[in-house]
Amino acid sequence: MMNSLLKLDQLQTHIGQYHILQGIQFEAIEGEVSVLLGRNGAGKTTTLKTIIGLTPASHGKVMFEGQEITKRKTYDIANLGIGYVPEDQGIFKGLTVEENMKVAIRKETDEVCEKQAYILELFPDLKKFWKKAGGHLSGGQKQMLSMARAFVNDSKLLLIDEPSKGLAPIVVEKVMEAITEMKKKTTIILVEQNFIMASRIGDTYTLIDDGKTVHSGSMAELIGDEELKRKYLGIG
Amino acid sequence: MDLFINLFINGLATGMLIFLLASGLTLIFGLMDVLNFAHGGLFVWGAYSGIFAYTWSGSFIVGILGAIVTGFVLGWVTEKLIITPVYGNHVQQILITLGFMLVLSELIKVVFGPNGIPVEVPSYLAGSWEFGEVILIKYRIFIIFIGFVIFGIFQYVLKKTKIGLIVRAGVMDKEMVQVLGINIKRVFLFVFMTGSAMAAFGGMLMAPYSGVIYAEMGMEYAILGFIVVVIGGMGSFSGSLMAAILVGLAGSFMAYYVPYLSLAVNMILMAIVLIFRPQGLFTNAKEG
Repeated sequence: MMNSLLKLDQLQTHIGQYHILQGIQFEAIEGEVSVLLGRNGAGKTTTLKTIIGLTPASHGKVMFEGQEITKRKTYDIANLGIGYVPEDQGIFKGLTVEENMKVAIRKETDEVCEKQAYILELFPDLKKFWKKAGGHLSGGQKQMLSMARAFVNDSKLLLIDEPSKGLAPIVVEKVMEAITEMKKKTTIILVEQNFIMASRIGDTYTLIDDGKTVHSGSMAELIGDEELKRKYLGIG
Repeated sequence: MDLFINLFINGLATGMLIFLLASGLTLIFGLMDVLNFAHGGLFVWGAYSGIFAYTWSGSFIVGILGAIVTGFVLGWVTEKLIITPVYGNHVQQILITLGFMLVLSELIKVVFGPNGIPVEVPSYLAGSWEFGEVILIKYRIFIIFIGFVIFGIFQYVLKKTKIGLIVRAGVMDKEMVQVLGINIKRVFLFVFMTGSAMAAFGGMLMAPYSGVIYAEMGMEYAILGFIVVVIGGMGSFSGSLMAAILVGLAGSFMAYYVPYLSLAVNMILMAIVLIFRPQGLFTNAKEG
């Protein structure tokens, strides 16, 4: 039985005078990694920001676990169990790794402590640099910290924006392994420009072009569709 | 040497009073990006309400508590009525908070009368200790002590408690704090009320120090508070303390050695900082 966790219905978003999202249709299935693909400026990041409430939708609906969350505040949406890892990682640079985690943890239950221990096993660098300021971490370590913060609470859904951006190939590999591991415990919506990475961890894809959904389906289908990849992703 | 010590203690005490005013201002400025010129109004209301409670009860402690409560309440009113509609717009913030500052000052005249009120130091804090030629005025030492205690408490809260971590994180990235499920507006209100209470507390302590309170004193000290925030670095609590001490000492020494420059010295200090280090002299919380 495939349970729909999040559904976007004809989502439209304006930022100032710009009509960025002009009709996004999308569904994330529980336990899967759904990848949003498209060229630069297509509207992928805005889609994630609209889900989390940072750029509120002007039309359409965002449904999470069957309830509408379109007009809710960002903190309220986060408290429903949606974690967000922004493109710039959003690390509090003046706080240590430990303090960054403390700010993120909403309630120190046994479950959360166990989850934190699990994350630190997943990202041993965070344990190693526990007392180091966020601003002094490498790009890869910041990415790990950002993902750890989003994941540590009862996150039913993780929105991850371009986790491989600006990272060395060896670090990208580590991040990929971590996402594959996290997938066992949560549902993930991933925005990723690196198609090789996206195709390896994604179960489904949604292609966005000029703020609209133009295609969606299983990742296996997309991997075999050279025409679609050439037309919308400039690959092949 | 004796003269130096006397001027130093005097400057340090003045610096601590300015710090109490500026500490709230720097948090409000740093976290909320709000230019609150009404802060001086809260300072003067703290002085008047505190002295009123002190006179009524005969207890200086009750006076201090009265000032702090007044600061909290006025902080809540100011944030809800004056600041909320103008978040994100500096020009409107300056205009409306300056206007509110005038309203608060004029209300002082309506409630407590237009003339200044003389204030005496409580008997157990009056007098001085003399060590040869060095005279240590008890009340000034008390203010310096309180200033360091308040600094210590704030440092503890900001560095060791969850709410402190959230406030520091909010100064660095408000949006991300919300993404982590925290209602930043509620944090804003808490910080605003605390900052206002600190201003009121500073006003109450200033009253016996200056010997007289008057409605316009708020604006004079608010300007000093802003100068300290600029010199210390926006959002930096330690920076505020260092800058307040610097401003206090500069004022004290200049008033003795170059009296005609004593009023200008703070402006000159601020101008130099803005030219050579616009982010402020001391650690900036945004960068750690």
